Amino acid sequence: MTYDERLQHVSVLGAAGKMGSGILLLTAVEMADLSLKPENKGKRFVLNAIDLSDDGLAGLMDYLRAQVLKVAEKKAVWLRQMYSDRSDLIENGEIIEQYIQDVLRMVRPTTAMEVAYRSNLIFEAVSENKDLKIKILSQIDRNNPNQAWYFTNTSSVPIHLIEEGAGLKGRVLGFHFYNPPAVQRLVELIVTPNTLPETRQFALDYAKALKKVVVPSNDFAGFIGNGHFMRDALFGINTALGLANEMPLPQAIYIVNKISQDYLVRPMGIFQLIDYVGVDVVQFIMQVMNPFLANEDLHSDLLDRMMTIGVKGGQFSSGAQKDGFLKYDKGAITAVYDPDKQEYIAIETFAAAANEWMGTMPEGFVPWKNAIRIADKDSHFKAWFGLLKQSNSKSAKLAIAYGKNSDAIGRKLVTDGVANNTDDVNTVMLTGFFHAYGPVNEYFS
Amino acid sequence: MRRKIYMAAGANTISMGTGRKEFNPKKERPGLEYYINEAGKGVLAQITDPEAIDETVIGNFMSGRFNKQAHLGGFAATIHPALQYKPSHSVEGACASGGLALMAGIRSVLAETAEAVLAIGVEVQNTVKAIYGADILAGAGWFQKRKQGHAYFFPGQFSDRAGVYYERYGYDYSRAGMRQWFVNAMENARLDPTAQEYHNNTADLAALYDSMKPNGKSFVDHLNVLDCSKVSDGASGIIIASEEGLRRLGISKADAVEVAAFAQLTRNITEDPADPASLTTIGRTAALALSRAGITTGQLGTIETHDCFSIAGLLAVEALGFVKAGEGAAFVAEGRTSRNGDIPMNTTGGLIGWGHPTGGTGVHQVVTIWQQLTGKAGAAQLNIPEQKPYGMTINMGGDDVTVVSLVLKQV
Repeated sequence: MTYDERLQHVSVLGAAGKMGSGILLLTAVEMADLSLKPENKGKRFVLNAIDLSDDGLAGLMDYLRAQVLKVAEKKAVWLRQMYSDRSDLIENGEIIEQYIQDVLRMVRPTTAMEVAYRSNLIFEAVSENKDLKIKILSQIDRNNPNQAWYFTNTSSVPIHLIEEGAGLKGRVLGFHFYNPPAVQRLVELIVTPNTLPETRQFALDYAKALKKVVVPSNDFAGFIGNGHFMRDALFGINTALGLANEMPLPQAIYIVNKISQDYLVRPMGIFQLIDYVGVDVVQFIMQVMNPFLANEDLHSDLLDRMMTIGVKGGQFSSGAQKDGFLKYDKGAITAVYDPDKQEYIAIETFAAAANEWMGTMPEGFVPWKNAIRIADKDSHFKAWFGLLKQSNSKSAKLAIAYGKNSDAIGRKLVTDGVANNTDDVNTVMLTGFFHAYGPVNEYFS
Repeated sequence: MRRKIYMAAGANTISMGTGRKEFNPKKERPGLEYYINEAGKGVLAQITDPEAIDETVIGNFMSGRFNKQAHLGGFAATIHPALQYKPSHSVEGACASGGLALMAGIRSVLAETAEAVLAIGVEVQNTVKAIYGADILAGAGWFQKRKQGHAYFFPGQFSDRAGVYYERYGYDYSRAGMRQWFVNAMENARLDPTAQEYHNNTADLAALYDSMKPNGKSFVDHLNVLDCSKVSDGASGIIIASEEGLRRLGISKADAVEVAAFAQLTRNITEDPADPASLTTIGRTAALALSRAGITTGQLGTIETHDCFSIAGLLAVEALGFVKAGEGAAFVAEGRTSRNGDIPMNTTGGLIGWGHPTGGTGVHQVVTIWQQLTGKAGAAQLNIPEQKPYGMTINMGGDDVTVVSLVLKQV
């Protein structure tokens, strides 16, 4: 089966979800582009968008139309060539509208999983629940005569467990997009010892067509991205809890968030990132990963408390952040949650005390959004973290300890055999988490 | 001409669009009505008696599609109640619409059906994304050829012209001229607060230009975006009057320029240019205007030419007869058209630097010449030598199809 044939009949499971909708969009566009090639004219391409939620599927189609419009506008030059034989399509606007129509015509939104029985390729983006994934995939595979290939988007469940549980020997791999898939360039590719070489090759070709950066990860729970993020998040949480011995917890959370963003020159502080991903998701992924980890307890009581209270973070469909550890107003952090009082405490009530604790930042600070544009980042960060190492302020010491821990997490992912090398760890954090420098470096030693 | 015609009281709105700090494509912006009013009121602020305006002409290209609004003559009375129940109409000739508005005004005064005419040129184009704007602007070409044209239709047309020029005279040689044309445009625009590139602060413009290689996959084969004029919202206005008209409006002759000549030629829109590396309609129209004015290019103190693309600037230099075919690139690269050169061109940035509100450009060009010849150009002011008291405009519609050229003279 050629690449094009493989993509003639595809299903996405969990298509209305945050990840599923992005995977559906990218796959729909890739399939539509294949269908426009002269040699594929007249061939039928089918993409099933399968989800349990009717409302979700309706929203998915709206999302798809809006996103495909943007995609089409960007490649109007190419589309004019592809539709050059259509004498009825003259203006860019008409061609773009036809392309949207052609993409949407392939997509079949449905709540019925049975349609996947005819697919050659199945993307799985349902909840992070190993047993659910195994149940669904084994049911499809029992009824699908095509020896279909299964690409799971799990960010935490070991692939070989899915392979064994669902009886998919060699026909499954982890194809882990980052959120949101349509924007993030990183994909973690995880194969099992059985994965067929042609399946892996197809995955690489597909990723290339989608212009993704592929980083291979070995098959350990959490892989590279969550392997780093979850431990980094736990370190942040525990650092705040430690500080809370000398100050109220909201103030401690505020300080750790600020230092992990500004001093460490990251796109957002660690608590904002937890909120962005979702307190629920972080707690859940830790739960999934924890049983597979030896000599390590990846678990936070504070996350459990937040979940019990019902403060979950996450994102609105617009991408704006929902309140979690932090409260947001048009993207700006305005308050911090106090789990004891079960209310948000406005930053201005403790800002003075927090600032006094942190002290003044050394001169030469460049925020993340400017730092990523610096040509010689290595020299810049050497100098910046050099200044922090010389500083006696508590905030600088905290930042250095944080950076050292992040570095140690990165190196451990290699010694544990999760990543093949530290470059891969750094690529994941640079590409998938938009860090300005890789966690494995010499800046903090 | 049977009587003397003057122009005075010119006014420009800001040319709004990418480049201006205050431009945000995601936020709601003022519409067509605002620009017509701003330009009109800018003119009226310089006259004593609005009742003395006998007629209004509005040049506009595609408001019917950009703004879903036609019938622009009806907006004259929104500028001032004195324009109510007076003649007002709009004219269209693609990007030469502004020039045609001036022509209509001149003819009214010559015909003695008016002593003073308010001419306005306007276009508000940022209502749609560039990819759809390209569809709309393609209306300046022959629609029967739209299908085979480029997604970015007019950039595609002038990219083809540039491609022939490169082939004939050499790529690096040609690009050096086009690069200098772009550099001049930015440097001049920085001198005019209404220019779209007024805020431009790129330190090394030439290096920026060189870093952006033309890429046919995302845009067109032979031009980068810096070779192109801006997508603009803007309007300009000016008074066209007889001596009597100036008196009634309370405008001193010292604040006016005289129309020494005008010419307007049109070539067959259904035919491709005879030679892609030559702007023949521009050449003929400019020659006619100069001969009617009884002067040579040596007497021109400054020129505003229609540089919708940098290559059009080079080809205009050749069409005007400053140099032979193929030597325009060197002429520009040597700085001969820069503000300190022997024939300063587009001294407030032209279409690439000041902006290109398509139907407004022809009027903007005469406003710049009027400013230069009356000493009102502010930081962009040239020293106009005594032996060169003339200024010239070349306003082009479509691919060298409709051309309006005016020769203006210091009074």
